[in-house]
Amino acid sequence: MKTKIIALSAIAAAVSACATAPSDAPVAKNSLAVMKASFTAKGQAKLDRLDQDSLQRLCSIYSGDNELPKDVAARIEKEQLATIKFPADGKLLGDWKSGEKIAQSGRGGQFSDDPTKPSGANCYACHQLSKAELSYGTIGPSLYNFAKVRGYGPDVQKYAWTKVYNSHAFAACSTMPRFGHQGILTEGQMKDIVALLMDPNSPVNK
Amino acid sequence: MNRTWETAARAACAALFLSTAGAVAQERTAVEEIERYRQALADGNPAELWEARGEGLWKQKAGPKNASLEQCDLGLGPGVVKGAYAELPRFFADTGKVEDLESRLVTCRMTLQGLTAAEARKDPFGSTGKKVVNDALVAFITSESRGYVMNVKTAHPKEAEAFEIGKKIFFHRGGPYDFACATCHGVDNIRIRLQDLPNLTKKGDAQRAYTSWPAYRVSQGELRTFQWRLEDCFRQQRFPHLEFTSEASVALTLFLAKNANGAPYNAPAIKR
Ligand code: HEC
Ligand code: HEC
Repeated sequence: MKTKIIALSAIAAAVSACATAPSDAPVAKNSLAVMKASFTAKGQAKLDRLDQDSLQRLCSIYSGDNELPKDVAARIEKEQLATIKFPADGKLLGDWKSGEKIAQSGRGGQFSDDPTKPSGANCYACHQLSKAELSYGTIGPSLYNFAKVRGYGPDVQKYAWTKVYNSHAFAACSTMPRFGHQGILTEGQMKDIVALLMDPNSPVNK
Repeated sequence: MNRTWETAARAACAALFLSTAGAVAQERTAVEEIERYRQALADGNPAELWEARGEGLWKQKAGPKNASLEQCDLGLGPGVVKGAYAELPRFFADTGKVEDLESRLVTCRMTLQGLTAAEARKDPFGSTGKKVVNDALVAFITSESRGYVMNVKTAHPKEAEAFEIGKKIFFHRGGPYDFACATCHGVDNIRIRLQDLPNLTKKGDAQRAYTSWPAYRVSQGELRTFQWRLEDCFRQQRFPHLEFTSEASVALTLFLAKNANGAPYNAPAIKR
């Protein structure tokens, strides 16, 4: 873990040193100071949430008009792929019915949420998943028929696990949260979500 | 790690991106329904109650100095209310700061009426059964800029600096969900659940969104100010609590207001 952070900040340093990179480091520093002075801790949301890890820093620099260079994207994906942890028992699929409930729930992480209760994943905020749920967002692509289209085999299962664990492993600077890496979902919840995507009986594949 | 499953999965990606268009078209009608509801309500916007109360509070003597706010300088000179909001936030020489409407009102309540900073910042947002001074004053003053073209400047170095800081904050990803404002407001034509999300980096969307705040929220029965909008979006972003009239809130407001330049201001509005 530590070496990864070091490696990634080395990329960040190299990138900000090269001529084509945006040279706005002074404002970056200043804006963080302004933020630190403008927010106060509330509930579970402490001020350290304003600090960025190297992924957040790079993806903030390369947003808006600053396109993410291909080489930086490739390095981010490699680094983030290395963070993926698969379950010790090797089983990636849990209970899709429980997965559906988790995918519906938008609670968790906000200062207005009770941190002692489990988080939801709010997949429907950004994705279509089943035909029955019409209230879905379009920030991410439709996942309807996810496994029916791609197949139910172990490779696709691993891909689904990886996407939910750390979306940046396959799409550097994705807007999708890193549910496993950031500890938003437990391993059991992750399995239930992957079952929702992968189980032939799940409404996703009907 | 085994590369083959990764390659296989990547190749399968393209197929899924093609299947959303039909469903989206179907739900447009739901959005249109809401829009009709909104327009029906616009004939009698309850925000007018806040505007009337605000006008009264503006003229009413209050505070230790027993003075009204009528001599408050909102940027166009003491006592000039008409059109002032369309040019805020801006730099004020007397405080040496860039201020938005709400921080300027804090300043005036301190200097003219003699309130302490804590008193002037107390109760920034109303709630059921609790009407606050800030909401009403904001409703009144913004209503006096209806029809004025948004014209926020970055001529003063502090205004230019605020714009750059606001922009940085807008793209600043952080917290457990890695969200920034740009996550939800940096892409065209997206929605979260059924809620349309304006792309606040694009002129048209930024203009429509910014010029429609503050707004009476039907779902909450309250008039909501721009400071409230920012604080609540930061909550959804999983960030800590944004302090009312803080420097970050003003910088972000200036960034968004400048993006709305050129459009006629048209609020307080009414929203779902
Ligand atoms: C804030 C928005 C957001 C949320 C919440 C979100 N996603 Fe995503 N998701 C995206 C975006 C954007 C993409 C496309 C970019 C990428 O591949 O990362 C995506 C891509 C994916 C993909 C890859 C699709 C493909 O065709 O390969 C899968 C699988 C996925 N999401 C599953 C989920 C699941 C399951 C959840 C809930 C646990 C979820 N997402 C929550 C935004 C989101
Ligand atoms: C997780 C998603 C999310 C994030 C992050 C987010 N917002 Fe929002 N924002 C929303 C939603 C949803 C709405 C619409 C709310 C409603 O109408 O009920 C909204 C509405 C708005 C509006 C009003 C638009 C209109 O036309 O009425 C503005 C302005 C805005 N957001 C600014 C911001 C800013 C600035 C940030 C960063 C501090 C931010 N948002 C972060 C989800 C988000």
